[in-house]
Amino acid sequence: MNGFAVEIHDMVKTFGDFVAVDHVSLQVKTGEIFGFLGPNGAGKSTTIRMLCGLLIPTSGSASVVDIDVAKAPEQVRRNIGYMSQKFSLYDDLTVEQNIDFYSRMYGVPRERRAERKDYVLRMANLTERRDALTRELSGGWKQRLALGCAILHDPPVLFLDEPTSGVDPIARAAFWDLIRDLARTGHTVFVSTHYMDEAEYCHRLALMHRGKVIALGAPAELRRGLNHHSLLRLDTTAPLDTMRAIEGAPGVVEVAVFGSGLHVVVEEAERAMEEIRRRLGAKGIEIRRLEKILPSLEDVFVAMIEAEERKAA
Amino acid sequence: MWERIGAILRKEFIQTLREPRLRFLLFMPPLIQLIIFGYTVTLDVDHARIAWMDKDRTPESRALLARFQGSGRFDVVALADNEDEVQSILDHSDAHAVISVLPGFARDLARGRTAEVQVLLDGTNSNTASLVSAYSAGVIQAFAGDVRPKQAKNRQTIRVEARGPGGAAGMAAAPITAQTRVWFNPDLRSRNYFVPGVAANIMLMITLMLTAQAIVREREIGTMEQLMVTPMRPIELILGKTLPFALVGLTNLALVTGAALLIFRVPFRGNFLLLLFCGALFMMTSLGAGLFLSTISHTQQQANMAAFFFNTPAFMLSGFTFPIRNMPQSVQYLTYLDPLRYFMEIIRGVFLKGVGVSVLWPQMASLAVYGVIILTLSALRFHKNLD
Repeated sequence: MNGFAVEIHDMVKTFGDFVAVDHVSLQVKTGEIFGFLGPNGAGKSTTIRMLCGLLIPTSGSASVVDIDVAKAPEQVRRNIGYMSQKFSLYDDLTVEQNIDFYSRMYGVPRERRAERKDYVLRMANLTERRDALTRELSGGWKQRLALGCAILHDPPVLFLDEPTSGVDPIARAAFWDLIRDLARTGHTVFVSTHYMDEAEYCHRLALMHRGKVIALGAPAELRRGLNHHSLLRLDTTAPLDTMRAIEGAPGVVEVAVFGSGLHVVVEEAERAMEEIRRRLGAKGIEIRRLEKILPSLEDVFVAMIEAEERKAA
Repeated sequence: MWERIGAILRKEFIQTLREPRLRFLLFMPPLIQLIIFGYTVTLDVDHARIAWMDKDRTPESRALLARFQGSGRFDVVALADNEDEVQSILDHSDAHAVISVLPGFARDLARGRTAEVQVLLDGTNSNTASLVSAYSAGVIQAFAGDVRPKQAKNRQTIRVEARGPGGAAGMAAAPITAQTRVWFNPDLRSRNYFVPGVAANIMLMITLMLTAQAIVREREIGTMEQLMVTPMRPIELILGKTLPFALVGLTNLALVTGAALLIFRVPFRGNFLLLLFCGALFMMTSLGAGLFLSTISHTQQQANMAAFFFNTPAFMLSGFTFPIRNMPQSVQYLTYLDPLRYFMEIIRGVFLKGVGVSVLWPQMASLAVYGVIILTLSALRFHKNLD
């Protein structure tokens, strides 16, 4: 063991002319919650499916708990739990029937089945609803049941592909509590999401864009990143006029509307603030608030993706 | 391995039997189909409508008319006086045939010459036309046979001229009469021939559709992806998915056989267990074909269409309605690819002839080989990945 639960080395996946995953390499440590971020179509699901042996990489390799996915997919499957983007339980079976079915499919030994079932029912808080038809459960319950069914065989590594999409915020928070519990008990969780607040729960993150990993690190590291630029929050009486006035000014990299005000990416905070005050003063625009702020992950990722887009264009 | 097959089996049964609507759909349509098919797919002509044109007007010609009326196969629905009326009757489909006794019928009979009767047939439905033609010839022949002893010196013949739209086909009621004896289906009831075939068709349809859908459904709702990450082997999924439908198919066979005996009084001369066993052999092919279709379809609609495209030629080439020997040679070779062909021969043999393994083994062996091949093929085509 080299301490990595998941290792991806230069993996490529093409569908015809379309490059879905473009030379991706990364490593996930055992016990880590590894977040996989990026817009739809960035290649997150394709990467996860290759790690589960559901898709065969065009080139490159991957291993899960030191087992090569291409060489021994069956052995890998014994060590992983997978929750696909689509809800993948049987709607027309009861909660308990779903658990029993997957328990047998995963080959959970007969003597451990009752115990695992109790664990999953308790974890998903479904003990009282065990006889309910799965289709009658709300989104949050279904999601927790799906997670429960994916970990019946107690796998060390979990792949969760946008597990919380379409679930209300309270259920999402409850779901992340479960994920953190699992990580605390030594499970590695590889989870994709497009909710930025969820990214903050992860130990490390990878940002994917157009098949490439364009940023990789802990949330705090990434936030500091921004290519040594600073972020200013600017509120004025006339945001659109303000944008026109300061765009292209020396030291200003980028201006974006953010809520009721503007986020301005600048090279050097003090000098840029001076320049902005000067320009807006000349135009007679009143500044309500101008200060340096800590970028959120969303700012970081939007800036990074826009930088990538500019490079491509 | 058996643990997982058992799990899939149990799941399929729970899912299939949970809904009353689905339960109904599994067993009622086969029966309804049997009843509809049983009553409609018959080529017998029980009451042929004929028109009568008597140009001779003698006691002998009236005796022939009485023969027709008394035969039980004919209803004389019109009397025609001239050729125009004959034309009009056939144009309006008022009668299947017009029987015209030519002038001099009685005179020719009396003199021991060949007397002439003309049968004009509406050949729109060639099958009905040929049956009516044969029935009329039979009645006339019997009539000729009866008048013969009166003039024992002369060999009596009546010439029957049957005329359809395609031209005239003269049939001389030969002085030598053939004794026909029909085995297995003495009344020549086409229902006896068709009903067992309907049972075979229904089994093909049900099992093919159910299996083609079963796997595609999992793919559509997304559970297939989840199943693929379990240690399940393809063969386990295939057995788990086909065994329940094999059971449904065999239940249908028993149900439909029972209905055929009770409602249509089709004779059953063979061994029912042999029929079930052959049914199981046959289902290896239909389930295998269903699985194969499911490996090439992405949605349930596609699977349904594929099943339909398999079903129709299978039906046509099986010999169910159209005798294989009448097909062009190249098409006859094609029928060997049709599993239904073998089962059709088996089911008719068991029902009507009561024959056993000693006669049916070639068909049984063909089904077994076919089944193993197509099941293996679909197992090989089923991969545990999404590529």
